[in-house]
Amino acid sequence: MATVSIRTVRKAFGSTEVLHGVNVEVADGEFVILVGPSGCGKSTLLRMIAGLENISRGEIAIGGRVVNNVPPKERDIAMVFQNYALYPHMTVRDNMAFSLLLAKAPKNVIDEKVGRAADILGLAPYLERFPRQLSGGQRQRVAMGRAIVRDPQVFLFDEPLSNLDAKLRVAMRAEIKDLHQRLKTTTVYVTHDQIEAMTMADKIVVMNSGNVEQFGAPLELYDRPANLFVAGFIGSPAMNFIRGRIEGGAFRSGSVSLPLPATAPASHTGDVVYGIRPEHLRLDPNGVGATVLVTEPTGSETQVIMQLGDAVMHTETRMIGAFRERISHRPGETLHVASDPTLAHLFDVTTGARLS
Amino acid sequence: MTDIAADQPAVTEADGPQIMSWDSGVRRAMTIYVPLTVFVLVLLFPFYWMAITAFKPNGELMNYKDNNPFWINHPTFANINKLLFETDYGHWLTTTMGIAFGSTFLSLFASVLAAYAIQRLRFKGSEYVGLAIYAAYLVPPSILFIPLAQVVYQLGLFDTPYALILTYPTFLVPFCTWLLIGYFKSIPYELEECALIDGATRLQILRRITLPLAVPGLISAGIFAFTLSWNEFIYALAFISSTEKKTVPVAVLTELVQGDVYHWGSLMTGALLGSLPVAIFYMFFVEYYVSSLTGAVKE
Repeated sequence: MATVSIRTVRKAFGSTEVLHGVNVEVADGEFVILVGPSGCGKSTLLRMIAGLENISRGEIAIGGRVVNNVPPKERDIAMVFQNYALYPHMTVRDNMAFSLLLAKAPKNVIDEKVGRAADILGLAPYLERFPRQLSGGQRQRVAMGRAIVRDPQVFLFDEPLSNLDAKLRVAMRAEIKDLHQRLKTTTVYVTHDQIEAMTMADKIVVMNSGNVEQFGAPLELYDRPANLFVAGFIGSPAMNFIRGRIEGGAFRSGSVSLPLPATAPASHTGDVVYGIRPEHLRLDPNGVGATVLVTEPTGSETQVIMQLGDAVMHTETRMIGAFRERISHRPGETLHVASDPTLAHLFDVTTGARLS
Repeated sequence: MTDIAADQPAVTEADGPQIMSWDSGVRRAMTIYVPLTVFVLVLLFPFYWMAITAFKPNGELMNYKDNNPFWINHPTFANINKLLFETDYGHWLTTTMGIAFGSTFLSLFASVLAAYAIQRLRFKGSEYVGLAIYAAYLVPPSILFIPLAQVVYQLGLFDTPYALILTYPTFLVPFCTWLLIGYFKSIPYELEECALIDGATRLQILRRITLPLAVPGLISAGIFAFTLSWNEFIYALAFISSTEKKTVPVAVLTELVQGDVYHWGSLMTGALLGSLPVAIFYMFFVEYYVSSLTGAVKE
C-alpha cells in the first residue's frame, strides 16, 4: 500500500498539451476516482501513473518514490483495463498466474495466491476456462483477480464497468467497493460516470479539458461545488442554472425572484448564475409559479421539467424538479415551487467560480 | 438453367411466397453454383491434364485422332519410372524442400521481428522503414538477379543451396513483414500494455502474448513463403548449375527438355509430384490461412 502524489503534471502529445499541470494527492489506502467528460485527460493521467505514457513535465511519486523514469513493471501497480485485456489464449488460471510466473514465483505460492483471489471473486469453478467462455461480469472479475494476485501497492482501474450492462454495472460497483474495503489497497479509478464516482469514491477528482476542477469527498463536491462545471457535472439530474443579477438582497431573473443563500455576497457586479439542484426544489403554494412541460414519474420520485415564472421562452428558466410527492399536473398547468436558500449556489457568470 | 425454369408450374397470384423461393433458388444457382463450378473446372483442369498426361504412353499423347485427348486408353507407369529412376528427381525434391523450409524459416524469423518493431515499438522513422521494406518488394526479380548473382558469386555461394536460401528472403521478407504488420495490428494493444504492467519484457510479450495470438498470421505467412520459394524459378535457374542441385521447377524444365525433345509424360509427372507438397500444405492449414486473411483476434 502506498500514497500516490501527482505534482504539477503536464502531458503534451506533440504540440498539443492535454494536461495542464495537475496536482492530486492520494493518501494511503484511499479510493480516488478521476471523473470527467471524455477527452478531459483522465485516462491519460491514469496511464501516466501506470507508466504507459511518459510524463512531459512535473512528477508522479508512488509510495514516496518518484517514478517518472521507472518502467511499468517496477512500479508495483496493477491495472484493470476497460476491455479487460484478458489474454485470450490462456485459461483463467494462467491469466491470473501470468504476472507471478514472470516474477518467477514458486509454484505453490502461485497456486495459493491464485486460489485465494479466485475465492475472493467467486471464480474458483471457472479457473480452467478460457476468457471467451465467460460472461462479461466474470471476465471483469478475472481482470480484477489478475490485479489482486500481485498484491500491488496501487490498483488502477480504467473505466472497468463501461462494457457491462446497467444492472451488472450496479452489482460490480458494490463488489469493487467491497473489495477495496477488504483489501484496503490504494486505488485510482477512472470513469466518466458521475454516479459511479459518487457511490464508490473516498475522494473525487473532477477533471475538465486537462485541468482539475475540484478535488474532494463526494458529498463535499455535491454540497459545495467549486465552480459551474462541477456543479453541472455532479448530481443527477443535473443542477438547474438560472442567469440573473443580485438586486436588493435577492436573486432576480426577469420577473422571477429567488431568496439568496445566507453565505452569498449582498451585491455583485455583473451577472451571476443561481444554481439549485432538482431535489432541492419543493412544492410550496407561496412559491414561484412554473408551467409544467413534462412529468416523468419514476415511482420513488417525480421529475418535472418546467418553465419558471411567466417569462417568454428563455432556456435559462427551464428547470427540472425532483419531488418525492406524486404530481398529477398536466403539461401547461402551473405548479408552485420554492427553493431552499441554504441549499442554493451562486456562481460568477464569467469565471464560473463559486460566490458563496 | 432453362430446364429448371420449364419445370416450374405456371405461377398464379396466389403463389406469392413460392415465386420468391423459386426465384431465389434460380438466383442462387445462377449467382453462386454456376460461377463456382466454372471457376473450379477452370482451376482444376491443368491438374487433370497433368495427371492424365503423366499416365499416357507417348503414342497416345501425340495422336488425338485415334485417341480421346481427355482420357487414357492404355495407362502406363513408364513416365513415372523414367522420372523417378532415370533422373535425379528425388534429389531435386529434397533440395527444393530444404531450400523452401530454410528460406521460409529465415524469412519468418526476420519478418516477425521487423513487423513487431514497426507495428508496436513505433520507433522514430518506423513508417519509413516499413515503406522501404515494401519498396524492396517492388524491384522485379528479373532485374535483381543480375546484381544478386555478383553477390552470390563473391560470397562463394554459387551452385550451393545457400545461394537460394539467402536470396529468397529478398522477396519473402517484405511480403511476410507486411502480412504480419497487418496481423499484429489486429491484436489489441491493451494486451501488451497489460503484460507490460504484469512485468513482461518486450521479448517475453512477443513470445508469450503476441506470437501465440498471431499463429494464424504466422501460418499464412509461412504458407506464402513456402509456396513462393517452392515455385521460384529465375534465381534457381541463375544461381544453380549442377544437375543434382537443381530445384524441381528448374530441373523439370532443363533436364526433361532435351534440345527440342519434350518428354511430356515425365515433365507432367514431375510437375504433378512437385505441386503435391504445396497442395498438402494448404490442405492442412487452410482454416488458419482463411482466418488470417479475414478475421482478427477474438477474446
